[in-house]
Amino acid sequence: MARRPLVKNFTKGACCGHPSFHIEPLGIFPDPMSEPTVAPAATDAKPSVEMVNVQVDGVWMKFPKGMRMIKALEEAAKVIPHYCYHPKLSSPGNCRMCLVEMGMPSRPAPGQSEPEKDEHGFAKIQWIPRPAISCANTISEGMGIRTASTMVEEVRKGVMEFLLINHPLDCPICDQAGECRLQEFSVGFGRGQSRFQDEKVHKPKNQDIGARIVLDDERCIMCSRCVRFSSEIADEDVLGFTERGSQTVLTTHPGQRLDHNYSLNTVDICPVGALTSKDFRFQMRVWFLKETPSVCTGCARGCNTEIGSREGVIYRQTPRQNDDVNSTWMCDQGRLDFHWVNSDRRLIDPMLKDGAHHRTTTWPQAVSAVADKLRGLRGDQIAIIGSGRMTNEELFMLKKLAAALKTESLDIVPRTGAADNYLVSADRNPNTAGAGLIFCDRPGSTLATIRQKVASGEIKAVIAWRENLLEQAGFTVEELSQLEVLVAAHVMANAMAELAHVVLPTAAWSEKRGSMINATGRLQRLNKASEPPGNARDDWEVLRDLTQALTGTNGLYLVEDVFKSMATEIPELGGLSLGKIGEAGLPLLPSSEVIPLLHREADRKTRGIIVG
Amino acid sequence: MATKLLKRPKLTFGEKIYLPAIAKGLIITLGHAVRTFLQINAKKPKFTMEYPEEKWDAQLPDYYRGAPALVTDEHGRERCVSCQLCEFICPPRAITITPGELPKDDAFAKVEKAPREFKIDMIRCIYCGMCEEVCPEQAIFLRKDYAITGTSRAEMVHDKTRLYEIGGIRTGLVNKWNDLK
Amino acid sequence: MDWLSFTLITTLIKIVGLCFVAILGLVSYTVYAERRVSAIIQDRVGPNRVGLPLTLLGFKKDVSFLGLFQPLADGIKFILKEDFTPAHVKKFYFWLAPALCLVPALLTCAVLPFGSSITIPWNGSERTIPLVIANLNVGPLFVFAIASLGVYGIVLAGWSSNSKYPFFGSVRSTSQMISYEISLGLSLVPVLLVMGELNLVTISQQQSEHGWNLLPYSLRDGFDLNRWLLLIPLGLAFVTFVIAMFAETNRLPFDLPECETELVGGYHTEYSSMKFALFFMGEYAAMIVGSGITVTLFLGGWSLPLGLDNYLPKGTVWVGLLHTAVFFSKLIAFLIFFIWVRWTLPRFRYDQLMRLGWIWMFEICLANVLLTAGILWYIS
Repeated sequence: MARRPLVKNFTKGACCGHPSFHIEPLGIFPDPMSEPTVAPAATDAKPSVEMVNVQVDGVWMKFPKGMRMIKALEEAAKVIPHYCYHPKLSSPGNCRMCLVEMGMPSRPAPGQSEPEKDEHGFAKIQWIPRPAISCANTISEGMGIRTASTMVEEVRKGVMEFLLINHPLDCPICDQAGECRLQEFSVGFGRGQSRFQDEKVHKPKNQDIGARIVLDDERCIMCSRCVRFSSEIADEDVLGFTERGSQTVLTTHPGQRLDHNYSLNTVDICPVGALTSKDFRFQMRVWFLKETPSVCTGCARGCNTEIGSREGVIYRQTPRQNDDVNSTWMCDQGRLDFHWVNSDRRLIDPMLKDGAHHRTTTWPQAVSAVADKLRGLRGDQIAIIGSGRMTNEELFMLKKLAAALKTESLDIVPRTGAADNYLVSADRNPNTAGAGLIFCDRPGSTLATIRQKVASGEIKAVIAWRENLLEQAGFTVEELSQLEVLVAAHVMANAMAELAHVVLPTAAWSEKRGSMINATGRLQRLNKASEPPGNARDDWEVLRDLTQALTGTNGLYLVEDVFKSMATEIPELGGLSLGKIGEAGLPLLPSSEVIPLLHREADRKTRGIIVG
Repeated sequence: MATKLLKRPKLTFGEKIYLPAIAKGLIITLGHAVRTFLQINAKKPKFTMEYPEEKWDAQLPDYYRGAPALVTDEHGRERCVSCQLCEFICPPRAITITPGELPKDDAFAKVEKAPREFKIDMIRCIYCGMCEEVCPEQAIFLRKDYAITGTSRAEMVHDKTRLYEIGGIRTGLVNKWNDLK
Repeated sequence: MDWLSFTLITTLIKIVGLCFVAILGLVSYTVYAERRVSAIIQDRVGPNRVGLPLTLLGFKKDVSFLGLFQPLADGIKFILKEDFTPAHVKKFYFWLAPALCLVPALLTCAVLPFGSSITIPWNGSERTIPLVIANLNVGPLFVFAIASLGVYGIVLAGWSSNSKYPFFGSVRSTSQMISYEISLGLSLVPVLLVMGELNLVTISQQQSEHGWNLLPYSLRDGFDLNRWLLLIPLGLAFVTFVIAMFAETNRLPFDLPECETELVGGYHTEYSSMKFALFFMGEYAAMIVGSGITVTLFLGGWSLPLGLDNYLPKGTVWVGLLHTAVFFSKLIAFLIFFIWVRWTLPRFRYDQLMRLGWIWMFEICLANVLLTAGILWYIS
């Protein structure tokens, strides 16, 4: 993921139990070297992991043996600029940006049994006169690392100068500007001025190398992250380098294109603007985007995402790291599945059918119209069809509505597709697990019965929430036309809304707060990135108003209250609240599902190929 | 720094009741009023420049900050590449840019990006010149136009056409997108 | 019936003539005067252009009339401007406030005697019309009672705007008005003691016969030492009354409720178009009525100086009109004094304003009442 902050709080992601180092104040620039002190030894270290002593910028610290230097430095809250290193990919060590000064413990002098000791009792470090890359070296006992010495500063300056020699410096038109590592490190570690007098090497620009990707070779710094991603993660080895030296270009293999369903991840991990997304190309500068942590609702995987929006318009969706769900990746299909939110086919006003046509109305009128139409009907004449795309809170409120109407014909519309061998789940409803827990016992099992009863005229009223029954559910126009009451709550104008007597416009997943349970039983939270268009409203509020119109009771004013009341009724959710879910989610239900991509990642981590 | 203690001046009773000072002030302003009144009557106001007939236009300094406008260079290229930095820096948020891509057959296709629409709301504009200062492409300049009027809000929003009309052609700018680039 | 219709018609004419033609006309021209006078005080020219737009009709040159049509243009501008009600305001009170500001100011002019009286023939008999809308026996009290209602307009404007600057402005205005109303009332007591009368018509009448309160000499009565002795408390009363009047009308140097440097526009920050204009008019109307009271109480109202009225025939149309003209001349002179002070003095600091009001003005006025009473006791 290209947009993590430069500085990471190492206590949060620490893989082993040694989080009690003395932490220097954080900052973009390395702190000046401090006087050597001994950090307190870790007390809660797991006995099974062998710990080694490493001196980092003069401070002795303990790290698990075999850790990569860059990871150890990250945990010591040191800022190590890097391009080619990515924790989920192998480390070729080709960008040279992560160079640090390294030293090894001195050996005993001839005739002595013990090496010379420093004041902390460790062997004196003999510094190596050349820098070493921290991304591909591992730490060892008694090692010393300097991240802020003059040599380190000089080599970083040198590396930056070389990287920028042929760089076109077209930041004003580059989509990466604002989240570009080249910009950040140039400011942080570069020299600020170019000494290069000659003509820059020209390479192909604006190349179409895939359905969703544009490549600009002049901007490429040959970090090979995209090459490694394609071969190691996506198993489609389509990218590679040709030519040599400063003429090296990144290109696709002859006759191949970067078209796989995970191709846009290469855009995320590209530290510069070489690979850019066609979908996001020239749409909005990244510094305008408000980033809202959310969850993808394309399938039951529930990949963690960040929604980039500005003034209520969503411009992009990028994966957010969650090592229990999606690592740092997501599929292109899910990522680009947001344009309908901005579409002009959105329903923006509640509508009542007046003869053959619909006319817009106000919410109070629409709600009382629904209540009036349903009041005369018995419970067994009404069916409520929800959706696996609704949040737990909405399903809970829909269940409340069902209780108010005394109907037991409840179901959601199942939606399936082929699972791939990476992240995409076969269940394309993001919240089937939530529906099973909250709304109906076995999601999808009674849908056929309901349809039969609608066809036979036994059921006279159908409330379809967030589903076009003419699609996956397989209802026909004739069946729906013979209903006395058809209430359609949806976000988009569709054929079923045409048939509905009352149309209620509701909010898209990015326009509300709520929770969902993914295929592996993990409870995750959606956050509000934008406002619903026009008079469209949050689903749970509409459901609350409908229930209130039917029963006269009320008492829910916040979606947090809905979750609270749900937590008291559903034992699995006991003691939880929307706030407690956090941005990373919580494991809630038992599940035997294995995520293929994460499984392989764990394997590579065990074998030491990646840092993880 | 040495501290010098000053004594608060002791006011006399006359000074304390302020009324004599007020009278003195009134006499001063009356003097100005009478003098100027006589000047106006003699049709020779001393300082006032009577605006629509007399204008400062010729004396406007080069750094005068009038209406912001977009410029084209001597090659006929629109300088703006819609990097949206001016939109970002604009304190009253007067600028709205819709970025666009240049077609591949455009004479300056190499630049790739150009504004599809560029709007400056002149009701919001405070003529601070931040847009000119932040522009990395020397594309936006504050011109000497100061009489920006309109009869509706829509009329006061300068669109791309109007901005290039005001800006005109500017020569001698850094040719950043040359062949060497 | 005849008497009733006559009274109704003449009163209506007086109401329309005074409130809407004279006062509102004076308001617009006071604004114009404000701009011209401030301009010449600051060595500028001021608005001198608006006149007949003859060029629109094909003539070569406009006629500017020294910009005397400026108030007309201002009025048209106010009416045509976008009338904007922000979404966050309390609408009912927001709309009510400007009216509450203007109406009390116009109401108070009901008791102002703006001339002596006119006798005209009506249905074969002679009838006398007193040149005052309402001949009340409690004139000054009525003025204070109504004028202090004006503060409600300001408070409501500040509160209903639901915005910080208007709120501060209205709070300042309230405390300022309450503080200075005390001095305002007290500073009048000496005049009332001396006149022994609360009827403004009678007060004017007495001054026309025996000389003004501030110029106690009439050719008929001759020199009277006692009255010149009373000039000491009356002069003090005049000074304190005028200062308190400045504070009451929120004029500089006491315009803290709307001081631009601190509060943007004060209590009317959120107002635009005609609603703003109503505040503006209310303020100037209050200023005009305040001047009218001052003129009536201290400067003889509609009377000529030195008791010259004693030698004029009473009740003829021409004398009545002359008295009206005299009244308005004094009023305008006083308005120009208001303007002159505004463009001379800087604004007080708020604590200074409060200190002046409570520690100096209040005590001085109180002492002045005792002084007047003492002198009156000594004389009698």
